[in-house]
Amino acid sequence: MPFVNWLKRRLVVIAGLLTLAYLLLPNVIVTVFSFNRPKGRFNYQWQHFSTAAWKNPCGVADMCGSLSISLQIAVWATIGATVLGTMIAFALVRYRFRARGAINSLIFLPMAMPEVVMAASLLTLFLNMGAQLGFWTILIAHIMFCLSFVVTAVKARVMSMDPRLEEAARDLYAGPVQTFLRVTLPIAAPGIAAGALLSFALSFDDFIITNFNAGSTVTFPMFVWGSAQRGTPVQINVIGTAMFLIAVLFVLTSMLITNRRSNQRA
Amino acid sequence: MTTTDNSGDVRLSGIGKTYGSFTAVHPLDLTVPQGSFFALLGASGCGKTTTLRMIAGLEEPSSGTVHLGDQDVTHLPPYKRPVNTVFQSYALFPHLDIFENVAFGLRRRGIKSVKKQVEDMLELVQLGEQARKKPHQLSGGQQQRVAVARALINHPKVLLLDEPLGALDLKLRRQMQLELKRIQTEVGITFIHVTHDQEEAMTMADTVAVMNAGRVEQLGSPTDLYENPQTTFVANFLGTSNLIEAEVDTRSGGDIVLKAGGGKLVLPEARCSAPATAGGKVLVGIRPEKISLTHADDAGAIPEGRNRLTGRIVDASFIGVSTQYVVESPVCDELAVYVQNVERDGRLVPGADVVLHWSPAHTFGLDAAQDIDAGVETVEEEAA
Amino acid sequence: MSTLTEAPPPLVSAEPAKKPPRKRGRFTPYWLLLPGILWLVVFFALPMIYQASTSVQTGSLEEGYKVTWHFATYWDALSEYWPQFLRSVFYAASATVLCLLLGYPLAYLIAFRAGRWRNLIMILVIAPFFTSFLIRTLAWKTILADNGPVVHTLNTLHILDLTSALGWTAGDRVLATPLAVVCGLTYNFLPFMILPLYTSLERIDGRLHEAAGDLYARPWTTFRKVTFPLSMPGVVSGTLLTFIPATGDYVNSELLGSTDTRMIGNVIQTQFLRILDYPTAAALSFILMAAILAMVTIYIRRSGTEDLV
Repeated sequence: MPFVNWLKRRLVVIAGLLTLAYLLLPNVIVTVFSFNRPKGRFNYQWQHFSTAAWKNPCGVADMCGSLSISLQIAVWATIGATVLGTMIAFALVRYRFRARGAINSLIFLPMAMPEVVMAASLLTLFLNMGAQLGFWTILIAHIMFCLSFVVTAVKARVMSMDPRLEEAARDLYAGPVQTFLRVTLPIAAPGIAAGALLSFALSFDDFIITNFNAGSTVTFPMFVWGSAQRGTPVQINVIGTAMFLIAVLFVLTSMLITNRRSNQRA
Repeated sequence: MTTTDNSGDVRLSGIGKTYGSFTAVHPLDLTVPQGSFFALLGASGCGKTTTLRMIAGLEEPSSGTVHLGDQDVTHLPPYKRPVNTVFQSYALFPHLDIFENVAFGLRRRGIKSVKKQVEDMLELVQLGEQARKKPHQLSGGQQQRVAVARALINHPKVLLLDEPLGALDLKLRRQMQLELKRIQTEVGITFIHVTHDQEEAMTMADTVAVMNAGRVEQLGSPTDLYENPQTTFVANFLGTSNLIEAEVDTRSGGDIVLKAGGGKLVLPEARCSAPATAGGKVLVGIRPEKISLTHADDAGAIPEGRNRLTGRIVDASFIGVSTQYVVESPVCDELAVYVQNVERDGRLVPGADVVLHWSPAHTFGLDAAQDIDAGVETVEEEAA
Repeated sequence: MSTLTEAPPPLVSAEPAKKPPRKRGRFTPYWLLLPGILWLVVFFALPMIYQASTSVQTGSLEEGYKVTWHFATYWDALSEYWPQFLRSVFYAASATVLCLLLGYPLAYLIAFRAGRWRNLIMILVIAPFFTSFLIRTLAWKTILADNGPVVHTLNTLHILDLTSALGWTAGDRVLATPLAVVCGLTYNFLPFMILPLYTSLERIDGRLHEAAGDLYARPWTTFRKVTFPLSMPGVVSGTLLTFIPATGDYVNSELLGSTDTRMIGNVIQTQFLRILDYPTAAALSFILMAAILAMVTIYIRRSGTEDLV
């Protein structure tokens, strides 16, 4: 039974690849349907090949505006969460102080809370304070839920860092500021970058918390949500495909650069 | 490098360190003269690394002062002390290449043209080719040399070495010991070397301080420490010692006569670090290689005036240059005897009755109030 | 040697350092923590308290609300919406199990079998994140469309008859049924299962497999006795990362389901944003939070992995 044996040995590989296909199938559909020319308002059925949407990606009213709002919020939320989260991570790893346990729980809980609960409770706060819902309330909410992820990512990196490296820097005439800038920060950088990247992705793609606290401001995910009711323009697929391609290209180039660098060095 | 300059002297006065109720280092006084190669030797947790870190400024002493030459540096942060450290496991900056690692100290002090100095330094440690590699691309021995170069390039008054060879394999360690010794002789900088390896301390250092439980047990040249240990810890930690409990009988001239088992042993008064009053107890020590073994049948041929004990061989292991015997005797269960394999006596096999004898001049006396097994390496310590 | 025999540049100023040691950095941790922790307290913890208080208020939008300790809201909310609660837990649990079954082989593949393809597969797992999840969820509408190839195949194989009999689908449709919602949930949270699984599998020393093989364990036994137990931390955090957000999700139910598949998230969203019945919405949200915290605590205790964070 050579075939059965062959299958047995590759069962994991086959199952894994099937899962991968399941994960990628929607992206394939999104890409294919970005070249569709749908009949009617919804882009769910294949009709005719067309590059019209690619030629005019901002041809739908308000879509590119919402995209720009989402990008702005994502950038500011990333900066805010990364700065605050990195500070917390350093404090947690490097210092002993009271209320450690409470602070750890406060950082863990937002990650263990369904989004809808955070969204609803934050809305209650804003309503009680009489805050004007919009750009700023979205930004506040995004920094809040990104913070914990940054802390986790940076903490892991700083914890695995040899404390002797900083001692060595101080021993080699670097003062506290120099030590931080020349040694601590560069070594913690991959963790900080991972936290920042995650923040950006989480913020840019967030729908539930944003939906509760946006008021009349429309981010890109909210635009997509609305269009699911009103009619889905093909341009949505164009944006989705473009973002996918940009992400893959970005990662591939950075990998190629690191590879080449290490090859040159070796 | 002949100099009468004393700016490289390290003087510790009453320096101590406590963490809460735990005393890591008891207040100690120590002077390391300019240009010497000084070793702090002890098992892990004895306070040697803490002492070193207090000199480097990485640890704030709880009491006492640190002087470099005439300057009090006790409260100076590490980056203001003219002292550099070679860290255990090297602590090379992983994000910088070898060149930048070595240049780090110079750059921090605002020196602009570092190229020539760094290149010369890398030549000295034979790493000129590797300048643009990252630390993780080098072998352990190469990383170790980078760590030395990175510290030495700053012309420190004192170079501190914290177990610098601990991560290397045995052969490389021997090689690096000689290498470090060569560099020290060449540059003439004061080296303070922390190690748990007694052989390493003895081969490299001019002066060794043996530390135990936060105290300096004994300080001296390697030969002095080995030949004339003053505590059971030093006797056992540096090499192997046979320690026999004995009672003081009489004194005659410069010698103390002791009773052990049925026989008498002679100990020069100068070599006894314990107060010897008649009837008091003293530990008699003798190094295994100082003892000669004679088969009981030939006992008559042993010259007069030597200390002797009778016993029976329990075990014999052939090491190559020597044979190591374990001898059971009425005064001690296990006496170690190392005999050079010059003319081997075929009768010296386990079970044979023998006489152990040695020159009284090689005997040393210790205070019997101490733990007789202090400093004996056990299996767990080896593993740790 | 010339570099070393040069006179070293003066490092230390001549003045003796007589200053007593400053207790530097005693307050540093607090300054570092302050802004971020304040943020979390004001915008995470405080809202929870506001919400708790809202849930026991009565009143109306026009006349305003007052705290009247009206706990009956909880009882009313539960008695009216318990089906949605149960449905949420059931859907989320099903999706979590499916994620584990689908995600484990892929994580295993990346960790042990991918070789030089490892990075590429990792990128393919993560990259979909960058397309908005709403767009990708909408794509399932196309995939599961009534006249599409998937439904057609399932119909031909009479699988839909079986699933309809079980109540997972209705008639010859998949869209607007529980199956579609669970399928969407599984899809959306699969990467949250794969990444922690991969992280803990990757830490396993490959030689352990060889050792197990050497000690007469067949591949399946090796997996059961060595690999799977060692990957438990990943399994636990993966299931939590899937189950928690899936329970509160309302996007999949809204886009792929029907009124019969409404989950608790849909109810909270509608109460808050359309009906504007804040006390009921707050009570529902509070119950959801309490239920999830309770379930997670029991789960973590039982699986014996308390050092998740």
